[in-house]
Formats: sequence, C-alpha cells, structure tokens
Amino acid sequence: MPHAVQIENLHKSFGSLEVLKGVDFTVDEGQVVCVIGPSGSGKSTLLRCVNLLEQPTQGKVSVGGVELTDPDVDIDAARRRLGMVFQSFNLFPHLSVLRNVMIAQQRVLKRGRAEAERVARENLGKVGVAEKCDAFPLQLSGGQQQRVAIARALAMDPALMLFDEPTSALDPELVGDVLAVMRKLAQDGMTMLVVTHEMGFAREVADRVVFMDGGVIVEEGPPDQVIGNPQHERTRTFLKRVLDPGHADDGAGAAPPAA
Amino acid sequence: MTQSTTAGPAGPAGHVPGRPRFSPRKKQQISRGVQYTVLIAAVVALAFLVNWQGLAQNFAKMDVAEQSLPDVFTIALRNTIIYTVGGFVLGSLGGLVLALMRLSSVRPYRWIATVYIEIFRGLPALLIFLLILFLPLALPGFQVPGGTYGQGILGLAIVSSAYMAETLRAGLQAVPKGQAEAARSLGMSHSRAMISVVIPQAVRIVIPPTTNQFVSLLKDSSLVLFLGVSGEYVELTKFGNDLASTTSNATPIMVVGLTYLLVTIPLGYLAGRLEARQAKGR
Ligand SMILES: Nc1ncnc2c1ncn2[C@@H]1O[C@H](COP(=O)(O)OP(=O)(O)OP(=O)(O)O)[C@@H](O)[C@H]1O
Ligand SMILES: [Mg+2]
Repeated sequence: MPHAVQIENLHKSFGSLEVLKGVDFTVDEGQVVCVIGPSGSGKSTLLRCVNLLEQPTQGKVSVGGVELTDPDVDIDAARRRLGMVFQSFNLFPHLSVLRNVMIAQQRVLKRGRAEAERVARENLGKVGVAEKCDAFPLQLSGGQQQRVAIARALAMDPALMLFDEPTSALDPELVGDVLAVMRKLAQDGMTMLVVTHEMGFAREVADRVVFMDGGVIVEEGPPDQVIGNPQHERTRTFLKRVLDPGHADDGAGAAPPAA
Repeated sequence: MTQSTTAGPAGPAGHVPGRPRFSPRKKQQISRGVQYTVLIAAVVALAFLVNWQGLAQNFAKMDVAEQSLPDVFTIALRNTIIYTVGGFVLGSLGGLVLALMRLSSVRPYRWIATVYIEIFRGLPALLIFLLILFLPLALPGFQVPGGTYGQGILGLAIVSSAYMAETLRAGLQAVPKGQAEAARSLGMSHSRAMISVVIPQAVRIVIPPTTNQFVSLLKDSSLVLFLGVSGEYVELTKFGNDLASTTSNATPIMVVGLTYLLVTIPLGYLAGRLEARQAKGR
C-alpha cells in the first residue's frame, strides 16, 4: 500500500533564501504526525508544499501514491483529497457558516444543494457548532471559526488533513475545544499531519513527532522519545524553551543559543 | 483699541518690555471679529450692487422653468441615467477584465491592460467622445451598435473602464491571500476561486469608491452633447442648453443643474455612509 504522504529530498527556496534543505519523510494511512520546531524553521512551508500551495524547488511529493510534483498531474483534483486548516482560519467572510461548508462541495464535487447542506450540517454538528449555521464567520469566536474551518475541510471527504498551527491564533481558553475536535478525528482514524506548538497534544495523540530546525528534520520518532527523551541538543533547547517559557526571555527566535 | 497691559501670558522669561502682547485667546477673538466684519461688508455690498431683478429674470424665471417640465425629467434625466448606467455597467465589466489582465501571470496581458489604462485615464473624456464621432470615418461601414445610445454609452464605458480597472485591481489585491489559498486547498481551480471567493469580496470593498465614480460618470454624461444628439436622445445638459438658447434665458440651465444635484448629492452622501460603515467593519 502506498504511503499516505511520501516526501523525498524536498527543497524550497524563496529567491536566495533556502527554507527547506532536503526533507524526507512519510506518513502512513491512519497515522497522526506532529511537526514541531522553532519559528522560521520551515514547518508551514513544508505543509504548504504537501498540497502544493507552494511549488517545491526540487524533490518529490506524493499523496496516496499520486505524485503531486508531476507537472502533468491535475492539482485541483489531487487537492480534493487533502483538507487544510490554517492558523488564521481563512473562512469566507461573505458567506454564512453553512454556505462556507457547502460551496466547495457544490462547485468542486458537484453535489446537489440538498446533499451539500446535509453533509455540511452533519460536519458542523460533529465539530459542535451546529447552532451557528446561519451566522457569518466574523460573528463567531476564534475557536468556533476554527471548528467551522475544520468542518469545511471534512465536508470534502479528505483522505488526509493538514493542520498549520490551528490553535496559535486562539485565546487560551478556546484552544481546548479545537484540540478536542482534532483528538476525536484522530481516534476516528483520520490521517493527519499537524504543525503545532501544543506539546501535550503531540505527546498524547501523535504516532510520530518530527522536529524541524533550519529547514531540515533534526530528529523524529515516537513522541515519548522526541519529546520525552530527545537525543539532539537542538531539540532539547527548543523543548526547554517551549515547555518552560519562564526562561524563554530570549524570545522564540530560531537561532540555536550557544549552549 | 484699548488693551490691558496685563493680558499677556504669565511666562516668566518671554515678555519683551515695551511691546504689549495679546493672549492667544484675545488674538483669536480679534481674528474672528475681523473675519465676520469682512463677511458682513461683502454681503451688504452684494445686496446693494447686484441687480437682483435682472438676475431673477435671467436665471430664475418661473414661466421658463415651467416650460422645461415635464421633459426635463421624462426625457433629459431619463436619458442621462440611461447613458450613465449603460456606461457604468459596460465600463465595470471592461474594468474587471482589465483588472484581471493586470494581475495576470501572462506578461503581454499585463502590458496591454497597462497601456489601455494609462492612455484612457490620461486623455480628457471629451477627446474620447470626439474620437467616437470620427469612428465611422476611420472604419468605413462601422456602426456603433445601439445608435446614439450606443455611442454615448461606449464613450462613457471607455472612460470609466480605465478608472474601474484601477479601483477593482486595488480591491482584488485587498482580499487577503489566505482567501484564495483556502479556496484552492478545497480543490477549486484558479478561476473558480476568483469567481466564488475573491471577486465577491473585492466588489464589496470597492462599492464606496465606485459610487463616487458613478457620480463623476453621471457628470461626464453631459459630454454626450458633443455627439450631436437631438430630440428624444438629449440628456440633461444638452436639454438645458437647447432650451436656454430658444428662450434666450439661463433659467433652464439652473433647472438642469438642480436636477443633477438631486441625484449627485444623495449618491455622494450614500458613498460617504458606505465608506464609514466599511471603515467601522474592519
Ligand atoms: N512566500 C514567502 N516568501 C519569502 N519568504 C518566505 C515566504 N514564506 C515563508 N518565507 C520564509 O521562510 C522561512 C520559513 O517560514 P515558515 O513559515 O515555513 O516557518 P515556520 O516554521 O512555519 O514558522 P512559524 O512557527 O513562525 O510559523 C521564514 O524565514 C519565512 O520568512
Ligand atoms: Mg508557520
């Protein structure tokens, strides 16, 4: 069986700035993989290369056995199998919550109105915002908006869900609701690739944790190993800063401090 | 004038001996007094010097004003609105196409759109109307579809499309990039994402500036006069001008002017309201 995601020798540069410097890894069906690492290490860029929101400079990205970096691939068709959740929600502000979840079903999957609405209500119920169907996105709290965004992605029946720091823009008391939805998704067997700073979530839910720094994977493995007992100095420094922010007054910068 | 010598500020060091100074409050009072005096003098002078009778005879003669009714509304205003709305709709569509071309990844499209926009924003609208008059000469056998209405609408559309293109381009660019990315990540094609997600939001953003553009187009519609229209095709300005000539009286021009204001002032007010609402909604 092909890997759900397979990335080989992935490079990405913005002009002269090389952000990804040869990344290899795989995600298997039903797995939850969390990507952690300091700001600017290229986590978002990696995720955006998986659904080709960024065009890799070099290397291969395959999803479910289909090579997305093949120039002849129908990228719109391939993206239908990939749900993406953004840090800033990116709901469509001119459409009601229900229409947000329906529009791609209707326009892309060509589902009829009634079916699209049924699927939308079902998914909005699953993430716990069923009663907000007629509201507009800007009338919702951040946590509710993010859950609508998750429902919007799920309504497309994706084989894989990508999350880019889904809770980073939320007030602390709203983080739990979103993480609970993601935990439930993982339990239901969804394949997930999650960039996050929530170490508790990663430890509990992830099958594998990938630590990135400076555009490369420094260390990967089961959460108990990478988070519980990191092998590399850079991982340890990063975790110390994340888990013990009291000592992080040097900021969340990417530069590894001279230890 | 008498001044109290103690009116100056109690600044310890600033006072030059022998030169009385006014307090800022006193200075303001004097300045305001002078301004009112000038105003009153001007009003009085006008009241005495102007021949009000003559003015009223020429600019506000009731029976001449009555002559313009009801045609000023049923024909002239109606035509002004036909020309303006027609030009606006066609110009908006053209402007949207030009804006999308300017943002295209195909370089020649960007060039073509830029050249068009620069040329037609840089030319006086009147020149464009004069060129339209000469179109049939340049292209023998060519007829602007829609006859007189077609010519007027085409002229206004050419003018407004260049302005609309720039407004719409700014609107399209003001839609956050994440919107198109979210749409694409749901499997929408580039054009689908534009149609369903980006353009509807851009249109909302540009409604206030576009209302202002509509007002200025309404005023530009007076240039239809130079197309040599007559009879049932006349718009407000031409109508006023014709009636003023036949009656040798300026009253029709005043009537027409008031009719313009009847439309433009509420629209300008509306644009201001929409702008304020949008500023608040951000
Ligand atoms: N479109 C772009 N153009 C130019 N540089 C970019 C672009 N996107 C990202 N970068 C740069 O690439 C580097 C990695 O960015 P990326 O967003 O992938 O980091 P990250 O690990 O997600 O960081 P964070 O935790 O802050 O989200 C940064 O230095 C960033 O400035
Ligand atoms: Mg990021």
